[in-house]
Amino acid sequence: MQQVGIEIKNVIKEFPARRGEEPVRAVDNISLQIYEGEFFALLGPSGCGKTTTLRMIAGFEEPSSGEIILRGKPVQGVPPFHRPVNTVFQDYALFPHMTVLQNVMFGLEMAGVNAREARDRAAAALEMVRLKQFDRKPRQLSGGQQQRVALARALVKQPAVLLLDEPLGALDLKLRKEMQYELMQMQEELNMTFVYVTHDQEEALTMCDRIAVMDRGKVLQVGRGNEIYETPHSRFVADFIGETNFIEGKLTAINGKKATVVLPGGVEVEATPDQTGTSLNSSVTVAIRPEKITLVHVSLPTDQGLNARVSTAEVMSAIETEEDRTFVPGTIIFSNYIGTDTRYTVRIGESSTLIVREQNFGNFKDITFKVGDQVMVFWATENARVLIQ
Amino acid sequence: MALSFDLSSSGGYSSRERRRGFSLAIPALIWLVLFFILPVCIVFVVSFLTRGQRGALVLPLTLEHYERILGPVFRPVLFDSLWIAFLTTIICLVLGYPLAFFISTRKSKQMQNVALFLVILPFWTNFLVRTYAWQIILGAEGTINGMLTGLGLISEPLALINTDFAVLLGLVYGFLPFMVLPIFASVERFEFRLVEAAYDLGANDLRTFLRVVLPLTLPGVIAGCILVFIPAIGSFITPDLLGGTQGIMIGNLITGQFRGSGNWPLGSAASIVMMIVVILGLVVYSRIGRRAS
Repeated sequence: MQQVGIEIKNVIKEFPARRGEEPVRAVDNISLQIYEGEFFALLGPSGCGKTTTLRMIAGFEEPSSGEIILRGKPVQGVPPFHRPVNTVFQDYALFPHMTVLQNVMFGLEMAGVNAREARDRAAAALEMVRLKQFDRKPRQLSGGQQQRVALARALVKQPAVLLLDEPLGALDLKLRKEMQYELMQMQEELNMTFVYVTHDQEEALTMCDRIAVMDRGKVLQVGRGNEIYETPHSRFVADFIGETNFIEGKLTAINGKKATVVLPGGVEVEATPDQTGTSLNSSVTVAIRPEKITLVHVSLPTDQGLNARVSTAEVMSAIETEEDRTFVPGTIIFSNYIGTDTRYTVRIGESSTLIVREQNFGNFKDITFKVGDQVMVFWATENARVLIQ
Repeated sequence: MALSFDLSSSGGYSSRERRRGFSLAIPALIWLVLFFILPVCIVFVVSFLTRGQRGALVLPLTLEHYERILGPVFRPVLFDSLWIAFLTTIICLVLGYPLAFFISTRKSKQMQNVALFLVILPFWTNFLVRTYAWQIILGAEGTINGMLTGLGLISEPLALINTDFAVLLGLVYGFLPFMVLPIFASVERFEFRLVEAAYDLGANDLRTFLRVVLPLTLPGVIAGCILVFIPAIGSFITPDLLGGTQGIMIGNLITGQFRGSGNWPLGSAASIVMMIVVILGLVVYSRIGRRAS
């Protein structure tokens, strides 16, 4: 078992009510265990409490109730300047009146490191983030360079935990990808605990060992990226992480790991039932990822040979494991070519629609479906999930 | 006088924009030349003239007035004035900085506006009237002495009026808003997440203040100090009404020469000396300020 670096126990953070308003509960009873050396993400939309949680770890806010334990020591009432954590702020918060080097040396000076050693260590930290403009003022640097200074300034103190508050938010896409990679490398090299706040699910999936998905002050799900992506426990998580089809229907049968849901118009689909169990005949949502769905032509054009438009392997595998799959007839109502993939909108049953993502491998001309085509839609039952709201 | 305290630079403007900027400044420039530069030149010239019959200004040119100003009679007054103005500035700074900080860190904008309004409220009453009010408060039979005597705490009235203390009190009272407002402006611009950054890097409150907050709000401090020091050193109403014969400042001396004894050349020389001292002080101060920031 890995060692717990940060433990958050039943933490609630309430901000006092402004006149005529309810008090705001920014963080609503969350508990988390973050391991030593882990790259951990707090992921959620703005206002979900992720930044407040980070600020409580840093010491800028005190929990209204509950406990935060850093490396075995409760940190209630410990001011931020006595906590073994450092923060990379969202807008960097570099000291504008100091040079790059002075910015990075600041933390060491405060720790009583002598000027010479501080200088050497700051220079080394700047080298690690590949920055050479030691004597510039922050405003003379580009956003990406400022970001590197902020990172060096936080890393140079070798904190037990590095807190990162949407550090790449202000960078353009290409630079962001580059920095993501560098951060991952750095985290691995330094073997430091990173707590990374982001609203970007792709960023969290790319970089982080584990992710806590938050919404409205609560942690909805914690797990590795693939767990959260493949088996979201709630509609919110399924919706927030990646793209998901939600189809509404009525639960008619549960048979072990298989639930039968009837869609409007009487079409039956099968999906994996939710762990918590939902009562029969209640309205439910079936969630399924667009890339987990496969389309097969039903009425093949007469001027072409059989199987001309479908990969044989796909059909074979579908048929081989037929009992674990759901087949539903549908109609293509929209098709959108996006380079690597084509996104189809398919109507099934009376009023349900599905987004389907088909990869454009092979010769694109051979595998395309046209609007109006009758298709057979199928998916592995385990990839579709019956969700609670 | 090259005082560059402003943080904005004129860079980034085209020559056309600059020309247009200049043309917009022409009315103010005319005003300045007519009512500031020209009078200063006149005062400068007068300071070298000789006082003739009934205060007439006549030749020959002489340095006699400057000798008198820097001589044993007037020099102490000059130094006293500098000292009083310096103390006024320091006290205003010590009182004004925390006040400005308090006001600018209020969360509610409404509260901030009320506080600022209270700071400038005294300006709505004439300065002379307010200074007379201090006379009443500090007088031998004034509010304070009356209250203390009534309570039986003192038998003899305290000597409050006609002291350096009274002058200082009056000056600090009068010029505190000039300290508060520029500091308020610069603290308001200050980004408080930098305080969090400093905390995060291990700086306690005092070090955060000295290394981050103070350097970044220094422009406001410098502006406030200048705005207090200059009128303080030239003030004459306050020392006149609250200082009596004790607290004569150079401002009283100058007004005395122009109004009373009619010795314009001596008054002019005193004005020029005071101006030079103030300018020298500002240059030194701006150097310090620039180095610190």
